Amino acid sequence: MFSNFDWDVIARSLPYLFYDGMVFTLTLTALATAGGIVLGTLIAMMRLGGLPVLPWIAATYVNFIRSLPLVLVIFWFYFLVPYIGQWVTGASRPVQVGAFTSCLVTFTLFEAAYFAEIMRAGIQSIPKGQVAAGYALGLSYGKVMRYVVLPQAFRNMIPVLLTQTIILFQDTSLVYVLSITDFLGAASKVAQRDGRLVEMYLFAAAVYFVISFAASSLVRRLQARVAIVR
Amino acid sequence: MIEIKHVSKWYGDFQVLNDCTTFVSKGDVVVVCGPSGSGKSTLIKCVNGLEPFQKGEVTVDGVKVGDRKTNLPQLRAKVGMVFQHFELFPHLRVVENLRLGQEKVLGRSRAEADAKAMSLLERVGLTVHARKYPGELSGGQQQRVAIARALAMDPICMLFDEPTSALDPEMISEVLDVMVDLAHEGMTMMVVTHEMGFARKVADRVIFMDRGEIVEDAAKDEFFGQPRSERAQQFLSKILAH
Amino acid sequence: MSYNWNWNIFFDPSPEGVGTYLSMLRIGLRWTLVTALFSWIMALVLGSLVGVLRTLPSKAAQRFGFAYVELFRNIPLLVQMFLWFFVLPEVVPRQVGLWLKQMPDAPFYTAVVCLGFYTSARVAEQVRAGVGSLGRGQGMAGTALGLTTAQLYRYVLLPMAFRIMLPPLTSEFLNNIKNTSVALTIGLLELTARARAMQEFSFQVFEAFTAATLLYLLVNLVVVTLMRLLERSVRVPGYIMGK
Repeated sequence: MFSNFDWDVIARSLPYLFYDGMVFTLTLTALATAGGIVLGTLIAMMRLGGLPVLPWIAATYVNFIRSLPLVLVIFWFYFLVPYIGQWVTGASRPVQVGAFTSCLVTFTLFEAAYFAEIMRAGIQSIPKGQVAAGYALGLSYGKVMRYVVLPQAFRNMIPVLLTQTIILFQDTSLVYVLSITDFLGAASKVAQRDGRLVEMYLFAAAVYFVISFAASSLVRRLQARVAIVR
Repeated sequence: MIEIKHVSKWYGDFQVLNDCTTFVSKGDVVVVCGPSGSGKSTLIKCVNGLEPFQKGEVTVDGVKVGDRKTNLPQLRAKVGMVFQHFELFPHLRVVENLRLGQEKVLGRSRAEADAKAMSLLERVGLTVHARKYPGELSGGQQQRVAIARALAMDPICMLFDEPTSALDPEMISEVLDVMVDLAHEGMTMMVVTHEMGFARKVADRVIFMDRGEIVEDAAKDEFFGQPRSERAQQFLSKILAH
Repeated sequence: MSYNWNWNIFFDPSPEGVGTYLSMLRIGLRWTLVTALFSWIMALVLGSLVGVLRTLPSKAAQRFGFAYVELFRNIPLLVQMFLWFFVLPEVVPRQVGLWLKQMPDAPFYTAVVCLGFYTSARVAEQVRAGVGSLGRGQGMAGTALGLTTAQLYRYVLLPMAFRIMLPPLTSEFLNNIKNTSVALTIGLLELTARARAMQEFSFQVFEAFTAATLLYLLVNLVVVTLMRLLERSVRVPGYIMGK
């Protein structure tokens, strides 16, 4: 059954797949995760802080983004970001942004909505007594958040944050719809150029599987260790 | 009725039961007491096969519990069990809780099952709550329903696993009263409990367990009068102090 | 801003000759909903089975359940779509492969099967968590009455587990609807695909995608409302979730 497949094509295209494709995927994952967590934490704090209007903005943003398919959001930002660039820089025509920048903006803003919910759960899980103790010491709201609540919230949510990162890693494959060369895109290009769909897609699936499974196994082990300490 | 012979059980490397041997004759009430972790809950769960055991033999009404060929659901239908946390089925009304075992295990008709259910609810004083959900009842009421649920199967014996330990003090007596009545009617009962007043009232024998072993197994008067082992004496003095 | 807005574009005929752009989007929405529904039914059935397997005491059942879930969770959905659509016809016997490739509406069936399996793994995890949250006592009480394992799951464990799981299951259902958009890569003409097509034909980018966005929001709202009604109707009086 597998006799007329050319598995060599995988070996031949490894450099392209990994140096071009996987680097894009991993870089996008890493940067979007960092940006997403920072932005998500801010959104969560907006939602939980006592100020007027901000909670509503934060909630609306999160609910809005989470109602939309990522594919649609990718298309949105692909067309929208040049116009935003034009508006921001006051140029006469939409600004040409690179594929990577467009994706980075998309994924950061999209995943921030999910990270925001995770951080919100994390912040809410910190007993009110902690905040009270902070205030009693004379700390301001900002300092209480920065030195008491957020460090604990963050540490508690690390397994969930890591799981969301793995999801992000898999989501990046969707940049395919813009014909961008991430890992899947690279595999696809080789597949179509050489007519080797089966080999390349199976290989891509295997690579994604190995990375995701290894990462989620690590997270599981981490969760087990954290649970005992609690 | 119930025979436990040289039963030993391990959870991995940890031994929970160590060579336990005892029996419960028909019509007898046997109380099992001891400090927490002594294995008393595990022991009665071995009687209806809820907990497997590695060594020894348990026989209920002539049927070997550990035997692979034994039809466990059939056996369990004859052995009633009441749990510390009541374990009523929250999504079913009280009368439906009583119906479930009768219809699905014993194959009784809806009419039969309901008749039995209502008569049992009357016996425990809860007919007015028949169509309520467990979540709407107090702990004491739930436990009485649980006893009725077990009785609906017309069991030959009843096992009680700390039936009053999860109850607020003011509700303990309403449950114990039902159990005392049951004992007086001649039901074979094996009861894990700390309620020594109950034991004094209706127990035929009292078993004291400690660290997986049956340390003392004596008739009621002998147990309360002059327990032989020091551990039992210590335990009794702590329990009876209040 | 150098973009020309034209909200009337929806009433212009689409170059496909079938109707207006609006009807084009509507047809796309229909494909989205139909695909989502069929795959969801498949996911519920399969997922419940696998979820139950993971809660059984049998080691073999648990290992199978674990492998099943991990397989579908660690490969991106898009890659799975490609495997079903491009790879499967090539690795099955020639006749079967030909039949698959010549099937009318192949993207639809592929999407349903792919999403069915993908979402079933997530449903399985919810079922496992739901049954697990009931505590060992319920299982023991049912077994003590003499219920067989099948009876135990059917009459005691699953009814409560599903009530507990309604909120996360609602999320999964919504995710499934959103995930239908991934099938545009294999040619399913669902809502996002149609919006993209509208954008390509008419150059009215923002009108097209705004319409799609609003439609997704509407679907979301309807589903959440229906689920809330369902939750209320099956709620068990007096039960505190997550005892």
